[in-house]
Amino acid sequence: MSGYLVRRLIESALILLGITFVTFVLLYMVPADPARQIAGRSATAETVANIRDQLGLNDPLFVQYFRYLGNLLQGDMGRSYLQRAEVADLIAARLPASLLLMVSAIVTELILGLTIGVVAALRRNRPADHTLMIFSFVSISAPQFVIGILLLYVFAVQFGWLPIGGYGTFAHLILPSITLGFLGAGWYSRMMRSSMIDVLEQDFVRTARAKGLSRLHIITRHVMPNAILPVIAMIGIDIGLFMSGIVVVESVFGWPGIGQLAWQAIQRVDIPVIMGVTMVSATAIVLGNLIADLVAPLIDPRIKTK
Amino acid sequence: MSDAQTLRPKAQSRFAVVMSELMRRPRAAFGMAVIVVMVFGAVFAPLIMPHDPFEQSFDGLDLMGGPLPPGGDYLLGTDLLGRDLASRLILGTRTSLIIGLVANGIAVILGAGVGIAAGFFGGWTAAILMRFTDLMMAFPALLLAIVLAAIFQPSLMIVALVIAMVNWVQMSRVIYTETRSLAEREFIQVQRAIGSSSLRILGKHLLPHLLSSIVVFGTLGISTTVLLEATLSFLGVGVQPPMPSWGNIIFENQTYFSTAPWLVFIPGLLIVLLALAFNLVGDALRDILDPTLKGRHG
Repeated sequence: MSGYLVRRLIESALILLGITFVTFVLLYMVPADPARQIAGRSATAETVANIRDQLGLNDPLFVQYFRYLGNLLQGDMGRSYLQRAEVADLIAARLPASLLLMVSAIVTELILGLTIGVVAALRRNRPADHTLMIFSFVSISAPQFVIGILLLYVFAVQFGWLPIGGYGTFAHLILPSITLGFLGAGWYSRMMRSSMIDVLEQDFVRTARAKGLSRLHIITRHVMPNAILPVIAMIGIDIGLFMSGIVVVESVFGWPGIGQLAWQAIQRVDIPVIMGVTMVSATAIVLGNLIADLVAPLIDPRIKTK
Repeated sequence: MSDAQTLRPKAQSRFAVVMSELMRRPRAAFGMAVIVVMVFGAVFAPLIMPHDPFEQSFDGLDLMGGPLPPGGDYLLGTDLLGRDLASRLILGTRTSLIIGLVANGIAVILGAGVGIAAGFFGGWTAAILMRFTDLMMAFPALLLAIVLAAIFQPSLMIVALVIAMVNWVQMSRVIYTETRSLAEREFIQVQRAIGSSSLRILGKHLLPHLLSSIVVFGTLGISTTVLLEATLSFLGVGVQPPMPSWGNIIFENQTYFSTAPWLVFIPGLLIVLLALAFNLVGDALRDILDPTLKGRHG
């Protein structure tokens, strides 16, 4: 196990290193000139050249890359081109909002998804099951911006129950969380349903029934704990979905998180900020996968760590 | 030669069997119907569009200069520039389907190619290819797509390429795992032992076994592609106006969603329908082509 852990940690570090390189090369190829962006439209060619020199943009790609990497390893993500601030500070200021949104979206999708999955499995092949599964198909087929705008239209514009966007109170959190969790709810309900059906067909469930235990007792004490664990173990893998989702959801709801930060940075070619957010997201995804891999054998001892 | 002759009718009947199985399932049949209607709309778009989708007409605006709601001369209403929404949506079907098929086609070929190569040759080939796949898996997909789209001026084909670059990874993982377990089976080992060329083993013995996974994940992938195109276009880095795409119609009109909801929700509904159709058909195909899953999926 410890050998496996060490190997997975090294692999994760290498993946992150690869991502720094690929992202850096991609952003190097962006046609817009960052120096021109910083200097503004009226700047002289001389000013632009000075800025280029200051930022080291005239150095060869590899010199620039290793300088960036060296700084990154010391925890320095550079300065934003357009906002007078350190990238690390900008991200740190935005991260709590995104984390809050993600955590509440995970709670939403688990509550929705697991409930739907359990009910569908217990009503297998009956009308309730069919209806719920059609709902889950729709939820995995709906783009998040459509769901977001629809929820805004119904609950903020038509009924006026919830704020139309922004950040600050619990009311502001409800619609973005549902929007971000909606997709996951569809996946989890399908996984939960098939996991429940798996467990329901096992011998120990038949034994429990033969012993004369009540149906409720069997389902809550014997079936659900076994069925839920493998589904919960998938959360780590979902981080990638969330990282894509927050860009859209934060843009629809004006939620001041790192998704919005990234989106604004991309529009204004603020390369250090794009790099920074990409690295933070990639780290979250790699960590999520790592945790999912490490947790899986604990939950199901049949999975061996090779 | 006789091989080909005996195989052909069998292959055809297998296709027919799968199709009739599909049509027997209500959800899959619904999905097929949606796909057929959309393909029809895309192919015959110039013939069935009631108006010019690019014409900014004064008749298409009300007295205050606002868009017209559905009904009347403009069946689904008009957008902020007085263009006929129905015509733009019909032309947008083309955009969605072309990108769906092209982007997904590239992703399928790339993903299956990488997966087969890594699974079949193993060793260093597998190590390098699969580490690269791991790297791509850890990339925040949408950020990558947005950055790529920003680097290259987005045109229809660039958007398709960007989506393919992001979407091939899933397929390559699935095909890799499957190829690796197939490569260890006796019937492949026998072929290696009697000295068949790699190409022959790949084409004649491996590929037929991988075909069902490729078909299933290829179909489900179209849905992912349609959604990603819509999302990129909604963010303004996908298909560029005035060329209509369902995503960029919403992008252009989203600020008016409370006063002109039809401009957001009709295209939204179409995106959901198309993605849903491919998901339903793909899921049914998985059920039909993989007998071990019979009845397990909802």
